[in-house]
Amino acid sequence: MEFNVTLLGQAITFAILVWFTMKFVWPPLTNMMEERAKRIADGLAAAERGKQDLEAAEKRVADEVRKAKQQAMEIIASAEKRATQIVDEAKDNASTEGARIVADAKGQIDQEVMRAKEALREHVAQLAVVGAEKILRKEIDAAKHADLLSSIKAEF
Amino acid sequence: MASNAIEYINHHLTFWNSDPSPARGFWSLHVDTFSVSLVLAFVFAGIFAMVARRASLENPGKLQLFVESIIELVDTQVKEIFHAKSKVIAPLALTIFCWIFLMNAMDMLPVDLLPNIAQWIGHSFFGLEAHHVYFRSVPTADVNATFAMSLSVFLCIIGFSIKAKGLGGWFKELLTAPFHTHHPVGAIILAPLNFIFQLVELVAKPISLSLRLFGNLYAGELIFILIALLPWGAQWVLGAPWAIFHILIITLQAFVFMMLTIVYLSLAVEAH
Repeated sequence: MEFNVTLLGQAITFAILVWFTMKFVWPPLTNMMEERAKRIADGLAAAERGKQDLEAAEKRVADEVRKAKQQAMEIIASAEKRATQIVDEAKDNASTEGARIVADAKGQIDQEVMRAKEALREHVAQLAVVGAEKILRKEIDAAKHADLLSSIKAEF
Repeated sequence: MASNAIEYINHHLTFWNSDPSPARGFWSLHVDTFSVSLVLAFVFAGIFAMVARRASLENPGKLQLFVESIIELVDTQVKEIFHAKSKVIAPLALTIFCWIFLMNAMDMLPVDLLPNIAQWIGHSFFGLEAHHVYFRSVPTADVNATFAMSLSVFLCIIGFSIKAKGLGGWFKELLTAPFHTHHPVGAIILAPLNFIFQLVELVAKPISLSLRLFGNLYAGELIFILIALLPWGAQWVLGAPWAIFHILIITLQAFVFMMLTIVYLSLAVEAH
């Protein structure tokens, strides 16, 4: 245990060393470490935020898809309705048109029948007249029918 | 053998004094303690300043991570114990821990290594008789080194106290704590008692700090010297366990010195 000026020398070395550490070692290193810790915290927060954003986006996408599906269903339903409507309309039109055509045809047929009947009747009448003429030509005897003719003459 | 052993031990326990005469006084220097601790101070300052200068936020190297882990260790202790604001205390604690650790670590060198190198240099370059060249490699086994630090801490304790409480407040505390009374006569009677208590408490701090460190390292060094006296084939039997155990001691003593410094300084700024 011998105390001498070494103690003073050691104390000076110590003081300078502490000053040096205080000036050039501690502040830059701790600042850097704090900066890093802050950056890591920021990164984690950003990751968390990104996750939340992604979740929200996924939810929105699901919503949109659901809405689109619903819309598509509505469109399909209305299209089906419209199609049946069109088919019904076409059916109605066709049936009325058919009825009309049938009625027209019937009218024409009736007309034709009437015309044929008329023609037939005329024909028959002619035939009757021709027949009658032939019969009459054979039967008529001026003498025999002189009375009759004279009576007719008389009537005029 | 016995006289040889005593001579060997004594030789190893003698400092390289700047004044070799027996009648030397205060103004003589332990060149070995001073130079070894100075070199280690440069080692510490150099490594840490280099790391601080090149510190990379994104991509720290292994050395930087090691330095950061030490700083983290010191920083946690300081933040846990010392609640006031101070720019000095954390760097002070870091310096104490690292410097003492390095000085203690000199104990891990073979006991004859540095003394033999010193003897060889002294003998071959300065023409000295080898036997008269002394070298002790562990600065913390020198009371001058340990007291230099503990007395510096002691000055810090007083400085922190005065800064936190004011000169009057500090003196008042010296006279009114730990025993406190509102009775004026009682206060006068208790004042000297309190003063003695406080003085003992105050003085005990640097003494216990430095003697604890000195004692541990001196004993460690002495045991290494004793082990070195064994026959060379048997030295490892005791040397290896003691060296391994000593890894713990040198770290622990550096840590204890640092922790107690923080504790003492935090006590100094807190009101009793």
